[in-house]
Amino acid sequence: MTAKPLSVGPWQQAWRALLRNPSALVALAVLAFMVLASLLAPVYAHHIAKVDPFTSNVAGSILVNGQAVDIMQPNDNPLHLGLSPIGPTGHAAYLLGADSQGRDVAARLLYGGRNSLLISASAAVICLVLAAIAGIAAGFFGGLVDSILSRMMDIMWAVPVYLFAISLSIVTVSQGLHIGPFVIEADNLLIPIVIIALVYVPYAARPIRGRVLALRQAEFVTASRCLGVPQWRIVLYDILPNVMTTLVVMGPLLMALALLAESALSFLSIGVQAPAASWGTIIQDGEGLIYTRPMVAIAPGLAIVIVVLALNILGDGLRDALDVRDAARRSS
Amino acid sequence: MLFFSNNTSRACALPYLVAFCLVIGSAPAQAETSVSVPASAHMGGALRLTGQSSGGTLDPQVAYMALTKQLELPVYDTLLSYPKFSGAGAVPVVANLVEAIPLPEDGGLTYRFTLRQGIHFSNGQVLGVDDVAASFRRLFKVGSPTAGPYYSHIIGAEACLKKPETCTLDGGIETNAATRSIVFHLSTPDPEFLAHLAWVHSTILPADTPAHDMGNTAPPGTGPYRITGYDPTRYILLERNPYFQEWSHATQPAGYPDTLHMTFGLDQEAEVTAVENGQFDWMYEDVPLDRLGEVGSRYPQQVQIYTQLLYYYAALNTTLPPFNSLKVRQALNYAVNRHAMVIYHGGPAIALPLCQLLPKGSPGYEPSCAYTKGASPEHPADQWRAPDLAKARQLVQESGTAGQKITLVAPLDGRYGAMALELRSTLAQLGYDATVRSMTQAVQFPYIQNSDNHVQLALTGWQADYPSADSFLHTLYSCDSIHPHSDNSLNVSAFCQQDIEQLMHQATTRAITDPAGSLQLWAGVDRALMAQAPSVPLVQIRRVTLLSKRVRNVIVTLNDEILLSQLQIQ
Repeated sequence: MTAKPLSVGPWQQAWRALLRNPSALVALAVLAFMVLASLLAPVYAHHIAKVDPFTSNVAGSILVNGQAVDIMQPNDNPLHLGLSPIGPTGHAAYLLGADSQGRDVAARLLYGGRNSLLISASAAVICLVLAAIAGIAAGFFGGLVDSILSRMMDIMWAVPVYLFAISLSIVTVSQGLHIGPFVIEADNLLIPIVIIALVYVPYAARPIRGRVLALRQAEFVTASRCLGVPQWRIVLYDILPNVMTTLVVMGPLLMALALLAESALSFLSIGVQAPAASWGTIIQDGEGLIYTRPMVAIAPGLAIVIVVLALNILGDGLRDALDVRDAARRSS
Repeated sequence: MLFFSNNTSRACALPYLVAFCLVIGSAPAQAETSVSVPASAHMGGALRLTGQSSGGTLDPQVAYMALTKQLELPVYDTLLSYPKFSGAGAVPVVANLVEAIPLPEDGGLTYRFTLRQGIHFSNGQVLGVDDVAASFRRLFKVGSPTAGPYYSHIIGAEACLKKPETCTLDGGIETNAATRSIVFHLSTPDPEFLAHLAWVHSTILPADTPAHDMGNTAPPGTGPYRITGYDPTRYILLERNPYFQEWSHATQPAGYPDTLHMTFGLDQEAEVTAVENGQFDWMYEDVPLDRLGEVGSRYPQQVQIYTQLLYYYAALNTTLPPFNSLKVRQALNYAVNRHAMVIYHGGPAIALPLCQLLPKGSPGYEPSCAYTKGASPEHPADQWRAPDLAKARQLVQESGTAGQKITLVAPLDGRYGAMALELRSTLAQLGYDATVRSMTQAVQFPYIQNSDNHVQLALTGWQADYPSADSFLHTLYSCDSIHPHSDNSLNVSAFCQQDIEQLMHQATTRAITDPAGSLQLWAGVDRALMAQAPSVPLVQIRRVTLLSKRVRNVIVTLNDEILLSQLQIQ
């Protein structure tokens, strides 16, 4: 008696394909490491480095090899001009040195990672949800609904994405966001999340609409219609599962774009608001120290590069894993 | 208040000081070193200057940018001027286009001047009294930014302010071409009138100069140079005025370089590198903080450090909680770490902790620090020592305001950000829920003045157009300076207390008859105001600028900063 092979669902099949992709696995591991390190930021700051990464400490000092060292150190010149923040110490405290506010760069880098990753992930999810709603509605219902939604997307598409984000950010960061009785303060992370999610909606909605336009003509959809299945059930059970792969593939790529947008906005002081940190704000902090303490700007820059690279590789891996044609090609 | 065009931490206005000026040759920059021997004459050559951007209009009666003022100093003249020399003989205001400074008559209502003879404009026209009268009419017609604040005491000015196009200043200025006399009649005494006659907006131009902003076209002036080329996006060129003959070395000395050519477009970092490499002779902007160590160690001979009457402060809105409580205002004054503020500006060689409202060097300044460890408004210390957090927390506890939300509105630019975060940290230490709202300086300054915006706490800077206690204390803390619902309400603290108002009035009126006594009264006003703590003075700064190796004879005055026309090229 031979064992009958168990049928494997498409998601499980994709997962197995992903596991066979070493690049994607490395990317996933790198991402997991970055997320974990960021989540452990309070542990590092309070128990290992024993610093407050949000409070200015220019007049303070730390112990290095048993000796008290000023965090802001006078420059060695006959005119006594200027002070420089302490550089990388090689110790737990101020491992990567201090910024111009006398704060521990390493601790801020980890806290910054929390905000950057949270914003980019949340923005990507919100963007995908909004894009899915808009894309499916436009593609499935067609006609007037399609015309209205598509023209709205065209208008948003016509404005350069960063210009659009900067415009929205300037308004909301200076005034906060007032929606009826609800007020979102300018320093709330929800503001950059929503802005970044909004500006990328057209980029995600267009391919979804295209996919739905094709699905609408599919035989199983026609069959459901002929059987009198309500439209909402067709959307939920026939259309949505078939665009889900597109959404999943877009996820990491959108998150990478959102991370770059967040960093740019924060660098321009219209994203995450001080004293909170994000990788963009830390690069901004390091801008004025680029000649004397380049690590302040380089460290968050590297973090952004690593995460964006990992997300792109993971996105490619997911596309390969979920793409039916590609899978068919591989199996042949 | 004169605006700077750069985005460094320099604030909004330019000071004019009095008996203070430096002549620094090629010696290493030492703070306030005064050398009275001028360098040997070295005429000729092209002086190459660099700046981030131009100052906009060239019209000297309209321009309100520090860069334009500095460039036009050797191009235009006012009736009176600040001395261009150092030493004990330097006085607050000296005669420039006129022969002497008169004593005020009729209780400060009349001033009589005699115009010097033989002065020519750069177009060859002879300067006459009609040009003087026309220039004063013109400053109203072109809507000079200081027409109201500085010249409204002249009889007829009221009508000119209402209907500039028909301005005649009838009864305000009397001239006689035969005797070259000019008589100003004021409607009410103005103790600062002589200083206002030295202010750049009262520049004397030919009578036929069009009564509109000349924009990119420079009208003829009487100084040793004339502007012969200007493209606000690229450059400005000054060449010798062929009709200039020195009439007073003390007020408008002949220049050394043949031409002054300023190029616009480089950022501060690039400017430093260009001057280090000898591509330019002087950079307008300050040396950025991250380059201070480099220029201090590698180019100390080329660095100039000089004092400005510029300070940064946090204005506390005395009409809004929690700063409507005196205890909270005093608490923040005690708690703030002024040493940290000094560090943010580059250290003690560049910045001084400040805990009073008159900066060091200003007329009426008497050292006093009410809010430092071991001091109080009743027993002030001579200087700031350390923050007193314990006392501050006790005051906050007594006020019962801990936990309240405070929003600090700060400029986005440069060092303001660091100062704002330091203040936020201090407020958090006192138990407040503090946040920083940043906006560009051009937006922030009018924003914090408008009462409709309900700004609780604002970080800003102040530098008066000319040095006087009045321009710091009266301008920033008088009831007269409060204009609700307006973007032009310089009393950002909205502080108004009648007894202090009376003291200010006494100090102002005393200045006409007893200037020394007036300064003592102003020192008292400074202490009285600080007892009420309408703001938190933080730090007074000095400028650090870089010159090329080939430049000599650097003369720096606190009024006019570096005298570009006096730079010699080796």
